[in-house]
Amino acid sequence: MPEVVIDIKDLKVQYADTDTPALNGINLSVEKGEFVGILGSHGAGKTTLCLSINGIVPNMITADMYGSIQVAGEVPPKIPVRELATKVGSVFDNPEFQMSQLSVFEEVALGLQNLGVDKEIILDNIGGALEMVGLKGFEERSPFEISGGQQQRLAMASALSMKPEILVLDEPTSNLDPIGKEEVFTVTRKINQEEGLTVVIAEHEVEVIAEFADKVVLLENGEITKMGTPNDVFPDLVNKQSDSGVRVPQVTEFASKAPNKFQGSYPVTLDQAVESYKK
Amino acid sequence: MNSTTIVCNSLGHTYPNGVQAVSGVNVSITQGEVISVVGQNGSGKTTLVKHFNGLLKPTDGNVMVGELDTLEHSVGVLAQQVGYVFQNPNHQIFAASVWDELSFGLKNIGLEEEMIEKKVKQIAEEFSLTEYLDLNPYRLGFSLRKTVGMASIIAMEPNVIILDEPTTGQDFLGVKNIRDSIHNLKKEGKTVVVVSHDMPLVAEETDRVLVMCDTELIFDDSPSKLFANNEVLDKTNLKPPQISSFTTSVGISKSNNAILSVDDALKAV
Repeated sequence: MPEVVIDIKDLKVQYADTDTPALNGINLSVEKGEFVGILGSHGAGKTTLCLSINGIVPNMITADMYGSIQVAGEVPPKIPVRELATKVGSVFDNPEFQMSQLSVFEEVALGLQNLGVDKEIILDNIGGALEMVGLKGFEERSPFEISGGQQQRLAMASALSMKPEILVLDEPTSNLDPIGKEEVFTVTRKINQEEGLTVVIAEHEVEVIAEFADKVVLLENGEITKMGTPNDVFPDLVNKQSDSGVRVPQVTEFASKAPNKFQGSYPVTLDQAVESYKK
Repeated sequence: MNSTTIVCNSLGHTYPNGVQAVSGVNVSITQGEVISVVGQNGSGKTTLVKHFNGLLKPTDGNVMVGELDTLEHSVGVLAQQVGYVFQNPNHQIFAASVWDELSFGLKNIGLEEEMIEKKVKQIAEEFSLTEYLDLNPYRLGFSLRKTVGMASIIAMEPNVIILDEPTTGQDFLGVKNIRDSIHNLKKEGKTVVVVSHDMPLVAEETDRVLVMCDTELIFDDSPSKLFANNEVLDKTNLKPPQISSFTTSVGISKSNNAILSVDDALKAV
C-alpha cells in the first residue's frame, strides 16, 4: 500500500483577528511521491494550508487549530519549525525575503549550520542541493545579484539541503518572468520525478498544474470544494471560473464549448488537445 | 488638452553605472491606442516606458510628450498627461488611508476640496474600494493594494496611462478587474501602455505590441502577427497563449495570423 505522508482530518484554522476560519474542515491525504496542486482565489486558504503543513501555523504565526494533521510522521504543531524543516522544505512567493547571506554557498549552509550538522555532511548536502537546482558554480555569487528565477532556485536548494521528504511551495513563481517561471517549474518537476520528493504547490499557473499534477485541490472559502486529477477537476470549472476564482486552461475551455470537435473528451493540456482534436 | 502623442526619436538610455538599457528606439504612440510592451526581464521594456512620463530622461535622442520635450520638463508637469502605475504598489503608496491616497494626486493638481471629494467617491465606487476608504492601504491584501495604486493614478484622468505588470500575482478576479479597467479606459479614449508577461492579456486586450530584446525594439505590430512569428518568439523566449499554440498546431489559424482567444477559435471552427 502506498505510504501516506500528509494526513489531514477535519482541520480548522482560525486566526484571532478574523471572524471566519481560514481553513474550515479540511480532509486531505497525500501519498509519497505525489505532485499536488492547490488552486484557489486570494483568501481561499492556500497559504494557510501550506503554512499548516510546514508548521509555521501555529508555531510562528499564532492561530487556533482544531482537528488532526500529520506530516512525514510528525505532528507539526508539536515540534519546532526548524526541526520539521528536515522533513518538510518550504519555498515562498518572494525569494528575496528568504535571503540573508553574502554568498549562495552561505545561504544554503545557514539552515544546516543552525541544526548543528557535521561540516562534511553540510558540504555534501550543499553540493547535492545546488546540483539539483542547477546552481553549481554559483557558490560565491551574492544571492542579491542573481536573477529572480535563480533566487527562487536558491531558496529551493536551501530547503533541499535538509533532505526533506516533502517540498511545499506557496506561489513560487508569482513574482518571476516567464524564463524564471520555467526554471522553477522544471526543477520542481525534476525533484518530484527523479528524487521522488512529494510536492505540494499553490499556484495560479493552471497550464503547468494541469500538466504536472497527479492531484488538484480546489479551495474556496477555506474548504476543499473539488479534488481529483486535472482531467477530473478542470472541465468542471469551465463555467465556474468567476465563482472559484480559478482560471482553466484555454484548451479545456475551448473543448467544452466545441465538444463535437473532441469526441466528448476534455483535454487539459496542449498535447492532449492536439491529440484528441478531430480535423 | 485631451490628446497626447508620445514620440521617441532614436531614444537611447545608458544608466550612470554604464549599463546601456535602451538603444535606438523610434516609436510613435497616438491618443487612444492600447499597446503592450513585452520582452524578458532586462530587455529594456521598463526603462523604455519610464521615458514616456519623464521618470527617466534620454541619454541619447529625445522623447516628446505632446508638445513637451521630456528633457526640458519635470515629471510633475509630464505626469498631468501621462500617469504611471507601478508594478509594486508598495513603491507608490504612502498615505495613511485609502482616501488620502486617492485624493493626494488630485490635491497636487490643484482641484478644489469639493471636486476632490466627489472624484474620490466616484473612483472608489468604480474600483469597488468604497468600503476600504478609511483603512490604511497596508492593511489590504496585495491585490487590493494594487487596485488602490491604479485607482489613484486614474483619478487624475491623464491622457495616457502606463500599467507596469498589472496582473502579476493577481488571481482570476483580480485579472478580470484589470482587464475591465483597460476596456473602460479604451472606451474613454485614453492611451493605455501595458508592460506585461501575461500573454493572454497581451493577445486579448491590446491592439499593438512592442517587443524589446537586448535593449532594442525588434517588433512593432499586432498581437496576431507576433504570435505567428516564430523567429521573434524564439529569439525572445516568449510563449504564445495556449489557444494560439493549439490553433496553430492543428491548422485552425492561417499561417501568419495567430488566433488570440478562445472566442476567436470558436468562430474559426
